Amino acid sequence: MKVAVCVKQIPDPASPYELDPSTHNLVRPNEQVLDDTDRYGVEVGLQIAGDTEGTVTLISMGPSGNLNGIRQALAMGADGAILIDDEALKGSDSLTTARILAAAIATESFDIVIAGTESTDGYSGILPQQLAELLDVPALTYAKKIDVDGSTVRINRQTTTGFDTVEAPTPVVVSVTAGVVEPRYPTFKGIMDAKKKPVDTRTVSDLGVDIKVDQRIVMVVPAPSRSGGEVVIDEGDGHQKIVAMLEQAKVI
Amino acid sequence: MAWVFIEEAETGPAAVGLEILTKAREFGSPTVIYFGAGSEAAFATLGEYGADRVFHLAPTEGSTGIAAAAAAIAGLASEHNPDVILFGQTYTDRDVAGRLSSRIGKTIISNGIDVAIDGGVGVTTELFGGTQLVTTMFEGDGPHLVLLRPKSFPAEPSGGAAPTVTTVALPDTGHAGAARVVGNFVEESQGPKLEEAAVIVAGGRGLGSAEAFGLVERLAAPLKAATGATRAIVDAGWVPYAKQVGQTGKTVKPDVYIACGISGAMQHLVGMKDSKIIIAINKDEEAPIFGVADLGVVGDVHQVLPKLIEALENR
Ligand SMILES: Cc1cc2nc3c(=O)[nH]c(=O)nc-3n(C[C@H](O)[C@H](O)[C@H](O)COP(=O)(O)OP(=O)(O)OC[C@H]3O[C@@H](n4cnc5c(N)ncnc54)[C@H](O)[C@@H]3O)c2cc1C
Repeated sequence: MKVAVCVKQIPDPASPYELDPSTHNLVRPNEQVLDDTDRYGVEVGLQIAGDTEGTVTLISMGPSGNLNGIRQALAMGADGAILIDDEALKGSDSLTTARILAAAIATESFDIVIAGTESTDGYSGILPQQLAELLDVPALTYAKKIDVDGSTVRINRQTTTGFDTVEAPTPVVVSVTAGVVEPRYPTFKGIMDAKKKPVDTRTVSDLGVDIKVDQRIVMVVPAPSRSGGEVVIDEGDGHQKIVAMLEQAKVI
Repeated sequence: MAWVFIEEAETGPAAVGLEILTKAREFGSPTVIYFGAGSEAAFATLGEYGADRVFHLAPTEGSTGIAAAAAAIAGLASEHNPDVILFGQTYTDRDVAGRLSSRIGKTIISNGIDVAIDGGVGVTTELFGGTQLVTTMFEGDGPHLVLLRPKSFPAEPSGGAAPTVTTVALPDTGHAGAARVVGNFVEESQGPKLEEAAVIVAGGRGLGSAEAFGLVERLAAPLKAATGATRAIVDAGWVPYAKQVGQTGKTVKPDVYIACGISGAMQHLVGMKDSKIIIAINKDEEAPIFGVADLGVVGDVHQVLPKLIEALENR
């Protein structure tokens, strides 16, 4: 199977995020990391490709920076990457992002396109579905388990009360939740190999997509904040404070 | 004019749908797109919450109906030109809205906590764990697509009459519509529902083990509370996903939220910070959860919880 995995480089979540004061776009440093939730999609892709003698191509949109995040996914074992990096894509809305990724994916015929259910920094949570419609294929979403049986892909789709088992024939888009598989850690050899793997960088005009951003941030204000109350150190009597608070709240 | 997409839940229209329908009344008589088997009772409920007109889309047996629903809504929207189509930030709503977006060439704003139609359509979202509020306006013509987070608005009946219901045939979408539901599994759950409980006791990785979640359950019993969890312990397999509170779990607003061994990551805070009273137990004085807690106890859950349970059980 030919597998595409959509991945994203994001600013390290461990460092505080900043907005550009004039555009309100997230400031993206040169050194970015692989979105942690994408490691699950990469792992699923590698397992499917491993079982079917297939390949895994990473598809990503955003500023390349030093490619650290892409190299992290290549080091896990992906074969190569297509990266769409273009100034014109700054501040893209969700549909523009989906169009760009779909155009890059459509240049090769993939059997399975995998994506996380939402990114850590933007979390709009609708990209896989937008992508599926643009590619005119079914979407198997919120997979917490995935099996490939010939040309049928079957998943357990997370629901609020449990899961549904849903299946569709390839080509198909699959969105995976964190926890679907245990992502592998890159080996030393994987890290060395990743430096030599092909990263094909494209621009918007290479893909022939018209960009039209249909939304504009007009205001960013601090939210009315909730301030912390009393903090006490437990010296064997912490529970009494809690009982008093529950009484005051009239829940006991 | 606002349209509201509402999915059928086990007992009729999904709760988040009625919340959004209540909000949509501010923009004139709302039309509902109802996705599910449908019934007289369900349509009557939609009327009670202000729906004037209902387009009913019923998926055929076995099909997920998602691609077909998106195609049907695209057809209805080009005929009637609504200003906005509002959805809940839920699994099925995201699936339908995403496909619809590509189909009609209109982007989506996700994670809205408020929406206004005033000249244009504006959506408020939270950023950085709810510390910043962002207003985004759509450009160009509608229909504009918005996903709104559960519990953003109270659901209040308006006492409206039964709506006019039109059943809309679902088109054949070929390969795109080939996803089929072949099985389903419902996790057992006891006690009050997370979204409805007045008191929630939630546990995090600080409990140390799956077994220690028993402390959370024992504390919940005398308080008639629902139990909740962080994603860390859901991913670890200690408790089912249905208990997850936060950005990718449930949004809750109980009278009292008791956080046990929870650090207070921003993705957790967005799901519970609007609780009336927050009580936190954490052994790290610096834990961010204390920044939102009305009462913070710096201590070990294995010391504090057993004593608290005993005190409540003996009342
Ligand atoms: C895209 C995305 C979506 C996410 N969505 C969610 C979501 O919906 N919900 C969610 O919860 N998280 C979500 N997360 C994860 C989130 O970022 C945190 O990792 C998670 O909330 C941490 O869970 P925790 O507080 O249980 O664990 P930790 O952060 O590990 O905290 C454990 C805490 O327990 C304390 N502790 C340890 N031992 C004891 C003891 N004996 N007694 C008392 N305290 C003790 C520690 O001091 C620490 O503060 C999401 C992350 C991403 C990237």
